[in-house]
Amino acid sequence: MNNRIKSLFAQNQKGLLSVYFTAGFPNLDDTETIILELEKNGVDLIEVGMPFSDPLADGPTIQASSTVALQNGMTIPKLFEQLHDIRQKTQIPLVLMGYLNPVMQYGVERFCQKASEIGIDGIILPDMPLQVYIDEFKELFEKYNLSKVFLITPQTPEARIREIDSHTNGFIYMVSSASTTGKTIGLAEQSQAYFQRVAGMQLQNPGVIGFGIHDKETFSAACNHASGAIIGSAFVKALQQEGSLEQNISTFIQSIKN
Amino acid sequence: MSYHVNEKGFYGKFGGAYVPEMLYPNVEELRQNYLRIMQEPDFQEELQLLLKDYVGRPTPLYFAPRLSEKYKTKVYLKREDLNHTGAHKINNTIGQVLLAKRLGKKRIIAETGAGQHGVATATVCALMGLECIVYMGEVDIERQAPNVARMKMLGAKVVPATSGSKTLKDATNEAIRDWINNPENTYYIIGSVVGPHPYPDMVARFQAVISEEMRAQLLEKEGTELPNYVVACVGGGSNAAGAFYHFLDEPEVKLVAVEAAGKGIDSGESAATSILGRDGIIHGSRTLLMQTEDGQVTEPYSISAGLDYPGVGPLHAHLFESKRARFENATDEEALQAVLELTRLEGIIPALETAHALAVLKRLGAKPNETVIVNLSGRGDKDLSTYLKHFHFDEQ
Ligand SMILES: Cc1ncc(COP(=O)(O)O)c(C=O)c1O
Repeated sequence: MNNRIKSLFAQNQKGLLSVYFTAGFPNLDDTETIILELEKNGVDLIEVGMPFSDPLADGPTIQASSTVALQNGMTIPKLFEQLHDIRQKTQIPLVLMGYLNPVMQYGVERFCQKASEIGIDGIILPDMPLQVYIDEFKELFEKYNLSKVFLITPQTPEARIREIDSHTNGFIYMVSSASTTGKTIGLAEQSQAYFQRVAGMQLQNPGVIGFGIHDKETFSAACNHASGAIIGSAFVKALQQEGSLEQNISTFIQSIKN
Repeated sequence: MSYHVNEKGFYGKFGGAYVPEMLYPNVEELRQNYLRIMQEPDFQEELQLLLKDYVGRPTPLYFAPRLSEKYKTKVYLKREDLNHTGAHKINNTIGQVLLAKRLGKKRIIAETGAGQHGVATATVCALMGLECIVYMGEVDIERQAPNVARMKMLGAKVVPATSGSKTLKDATNEAIRDWINNPENTYYIIGSVVGPHPYPDMVARFQAVISEEMRAQLLEKEGTELPNYVVACVGGGSNAAGAFYHFLDEPEVKLVAVEAAGKGIDSGESAATSILGRDGIIHGSRTLLMQTEDGQVTEPYSISAGLDYPGVGPLHAHLFESKRARFENATDEEALQAVLELTRLEGIIPALETAHALAVLKRLGAKPNETVIVNLSGRGDKDLSTYLKHFHFDEQ
């Protein structure tokens, strides 16, 4: 399998910056601008959030951005329409992230087919169980050359991490601590032990750390233990500052990178 | 056709455990242990003793003479309202708290709609000396104030859920988020046959005592263990699951599940999931779900906080699709009329949830020599202010 995620990790082993945003927020039609500005500012990978009414794994910031995005009229068909020509403008790896129910209503195969046509590289659906993926959907994702990215947490047993690793191609999303998104407590010492434990497992997929990464310090700390880190809630918050979208994006990303 | 959960956690195509990885270890721990612990002799001994001496079981199966006369059939009421704390909910919380203790958990969380499950959870936590946090929608905190007061008196912390429609669905979201954030010391006592496997099966087993008693009691009164009809209201579906459980494989017993129609099925303000819902995923379970075309969960409505939920347990989704159970619904207005009717005919003030089950007696179609058991899931103390206002007794 050869897609942009694979190439990215093949070329870069360290310090990759991945950013999450909720599509449809702050405004319905900001999707393309946000993607292009993120790329311009040197972000390596983008997770485009598909808003859901009941985002169980998310804290208040992403809950609120999802509510606004839905009020603005964001839907999966709308998002696909917005992303239709995106590959004429950028080759940055793009991952769609959301909850299973809207994807299931759209139709999982139709979703994979459409995503692949557009040039999406990977999918994250935190509430799709590994076993259901293996039994029902793995073939589909492979047919459409989409990486299915799974989460692991400090509580995930080693055997399950290895099982997840064997069914993933792309990267493993290492949730930094037991929490919903948006907690900014920093990276606890227990997390460091968990990062080291995973690093020592020599998995076939690179690891990227997410949840709680919100500034330069936490980003650098996470990068010491994995191929990169993901910033979500802190970026969504930055989009709500006074000023233009372009300015907010540039100010925030530069504060992480410099 | 099997109506019981299979080894993968499904009822037909419904059920499963659609949880994010953060919850996987907790749900898996429960799945691997619940049946084993529930079958241990010392667990059963402790449970049975508490059900008898603390909850007050068995609850009576009461022949309701004036209701029977009115509907020209033999109506029995299974008096779950006479349980300690006033509803069936405690059958489940007693069981789960004993399980939580055996798993070494120190902190208990729960969601609640009508507040009956919250009260039943706060009660068993007081009994066991465990910390208790109950999530409750802001709207429900207002409309079920007496139960909020009881929970506080019992030492529980009541946390308002302020998102969405600020009702049961949102309280459940918050409880699940709490569990994600506290995976090691915390046990989540779910209040109905909803959520990821093994919850629906576990809660159904704890509530199954209802139908187990019904069979023995009916045998004594009618010379047969099998009624013609069992009727129960359905929010998430736990009292119905308990009332149906030991009749699931008795095809001659008609099972009738009653959902809340709110202001009417087509009014846009309803909670009748079997009619308005489609196959989807909510709170970790594949089931029937009220949702938009795009798969966003829609806000339900019912005057009854305990039935105001956009999903239904996966067992019930399966009973609906397989046509094993007949699904009926009752509006707010019909439920309120049924409250007054039971109060004045039998001297029993039922909960608003329960009244939905009573409201379908008029269209059940039971014959004079047939027996109908209505599961009287709870008493109406918590709803008195609603009743007083609706019937204008507060002005007299
Ligand atoms: C008295 C009573 N009956 C019924 C219900 C509905 O729940 P379930 O469908 O799980 O029995 C509730 C829920 O709060 C309740 O308090």
